[in-house]
Amino acid sequence: MTRREVSAHWPLRSVQRRWFLALTPCLLALSVSCSKKDEPAAGSSAATDAKPSVAPAGAGTLTVGFIYVGAKDDYGYNQAHHEGALAVSKLPGVKIREEEKVPETMDVQKTMESMINLDGAKLLFPTSFGYFDPHILKVAEKYPGVTFLHCGGLYQEGKHPKNVGSYFGYIDEAEYVAGIVAGGTTKTNKLGFVAAKPIPQVLRNINSYTLGARSVNSKVEVTVIFTGDWSMPIKEAEAANSLIAQGADVLTAHVDSPKVVIETAEKHGVFSTGYHASQANLAPKGYLTGAEWNWEKVYTAYIEQVKAGQTPEHLVRGGFSSGFVKLSPYGAAVSDAVKAKAEEAKAKLTAGTLVVYAGPMKDNAGKELIPAGTQHPQTDITLESMNYLVEGVKGKLD
Amino acid sequence: MKLEPLLIPLFALLASLALFGVFVALAGQRPLDVYFEMYRGAFGTWFSFQNTLQRACPLLLTALCTALPARAGLVVIGGEGAFVVGGLAAAAAGVALAGTPRGVILGGLFAAGAAAGALWIGLSGFLRARRGVNETISSLLLTYIGVALLNHFVEGPLRDPESLNKPSTRHIGEANMLGSIPGLDVHWGLAVGVLACIAAYVLMERTVFGFAAALVGGNTRAARLSGIGVASIVVTTCALGGAAAGVAGAFEVAAVHGRANASLAAGYGYTGVLVSFLARHNALAVIPVSIFLGGIAASGGLLQRVFGLPDATVSVLQGILFVVLIASDTLYGRIRWGAAKGAHA
Repeated sequence: MTRREVSAHWPLRSVQRRWFLALTPCLLALSVSCSKKDEPAAGSSAATDAKPSVAPAGAGTLTVGFIYVGAKDDYGYNQAHHEGALAVSKLPGVKIREEEKVPETMDVQKTMESMINLDGAKLLFPTSFGYFDPHILKVAEKYPGVTFLHCGGLYQEGKHPKNVGSYFGYIDEAEYVAGIVAGGTTKTNKLGFVAAKPIPQVLRNINSYTLGARSVNSKVEVTVIFTGDWSMPIKEAEAANSLIAQGADVLTAHVDSPKVVIETAEKHGVFSTGYHASQANLAPKGYLTGAEWNWEKVYTAYIEQVKAGQTPEHLVRGGFSSGFVKLSPYGAAVSDAVKAKAEEAKAKLTAGTLVVYAGPMKDNAGKELIPAGTQHPQTDITLESMNYLVEGVKGKLD
Repeated sequence: MKLEPLLIPLFALLASLALFGVFVALAGQRPLDVYFEMYRGAFGTWFSFQNTLQRACPLLLTALCTALPARAGLVVIGGEGAFVVGGLAAAAAGVALAGTPRGVILGGLFAAGAAAGALWIGLSGFLRARRGVNETISSLLLTYIGVALLNHFVEGPLRDPESLNKPSTRHIGEANMLGSIPGLDVHWGLAVGVLACIAAYVLMERTVFGFAAALVGGNTRAARLSGIGVASIVVTTCALGGAAAGVAGAFEVAAVHGRANASLAAGYGYTGVLVSFLARHNALAVIPVSIFLGGIAASGGLLQRVFGLPDATVSVLQGILFVVLIASDTLYGRIRWGAAKGAHA
């Protein structure tokens, strides 16, 4: 049975065939000689870091695995975690192993197991929100001696395995302050927000940003565009262009990587505020500030606990006061007056004297959300199922 | 001559690995170390081998989505769409059948997945047969529609109100899910995938239908003149391929997630296209090629972790393999020593 139908899909003329035939052995010879020639040269630099890492971790060394859903240099969610991992790698007695672009499927379960079985990892940070259920839960049950710490705050006492923990930051505090900077800097009173999906975490950031902006400039309107996905650069660029065309002069984004939005803003000469990590070097002129995670703080604390032999805390959350979130350094375009207002709000949020979600508050259709005199402090669980856009946001949830 | 189909892919494989070695050396690592770690990550331990098999599971089925229509001369690359709508339909059926016995739920779930996948790629085949629309383009574009449908349903009509920050359908119930094959840490998709590949091989190589499909693929006008219903062959091979990818999606729901959400669109459908081309659209060859690519995926993580190579390294290797293997097609019947050796053997 030697059928050839398939090759009919790939017709190469006989001249090309001969050319290829002649070329193949050359290519092969070249490749072999190249790899041989390069070995000793590459070896001198590679041997130092490759060789020891192949060997199992020595006694007393804690191997920590980090898993990212996207590229670790994405200027966004994954880079924020990667920066935390880099800080961890400098701790004495700690070795890190990183794997990027791991989908939220069986793949991540196998990556976790591979880190445990082949790298000897005792502590894992699978960072994507979608890794938790069912993936981390399944693998954690299988490996009770390994600790799994997940970003997202999903841990439920009594329901989830004891070797699992979950952490998250109240980053909307930083969004509130970024909103103040944006609201104080805008000339057109129009801000643009490119968002992934209308889920509570994203809505909370949009609302806090808007409330911050309107706390210093009541004329501000925030127009939001949902792209529908966490990473869709083309739609993000289209949304950014559209917002600029509608007159927005400060853009921000809540997608996995705000890179495209920030770059588009800079190209059009409008301002931007960042998210997840610092995008300041993408927009040296227009970058005002940004809401950043500070995972270094969280990871270092966790690793201290694990090294001390303690069970890590199951549920860890924090905002400015615990150092989980931070602001990008202010850009050149931010005036001193605006800086002062932002710093004042930041100080109050750190002290816990400023409550972002306080009545009276209306949604953007005029319906009352929070009656006067009622406050929902940062830790209020009802904020976690947010399903509205506050007054001042242009956009609709369906 | 009989050795050719084995020798040439083997040669292509070695040539690809050598080229990949150059790439690795350029990236500042020692190729031999990298090969060793890849072997360790893919086949070196019992865990690694199971990891490889697990990663091969979806590929076995999604590859058939390209391999079956290829027999009839079609280039279908929309397995991802069939995979995604198959998973969505499976979850919807599983949730709708809640309360009925486990067998009914699983039966309905897989039937729905297969039907949705069949409909999806069958539509591409139909457009090809009736309207002359290029099936490569239509199946690719249908993938985007499939993913959009998935997002629409899990964020809208089928959303579990408790899935706050990761919109998903309701869970089909932990007790209703499929477990692992006894003695292996691999779900049942492996067994079903292997059986499906064997069945597809028998169908295409040992039946009148398969012969008719080959005739359509070889020369459509001759097939039509011989009285073969070309349109029905085109639609049927597409639908069968789509059903295979749909079942793969259903396995993601029944054996891994227990629900449908955006995580279904992880690219297994696209990797299936690569598998099918590397297997030269031979359903039996899909089995070893899936395991091989599963192994590359399983070891890819180790390359990142041990050598700090970027994730794209695996894509580079896959790309080299693809190009070299396709190009090596031109070697068939052209190497005298190959023919001589084959004759002696």
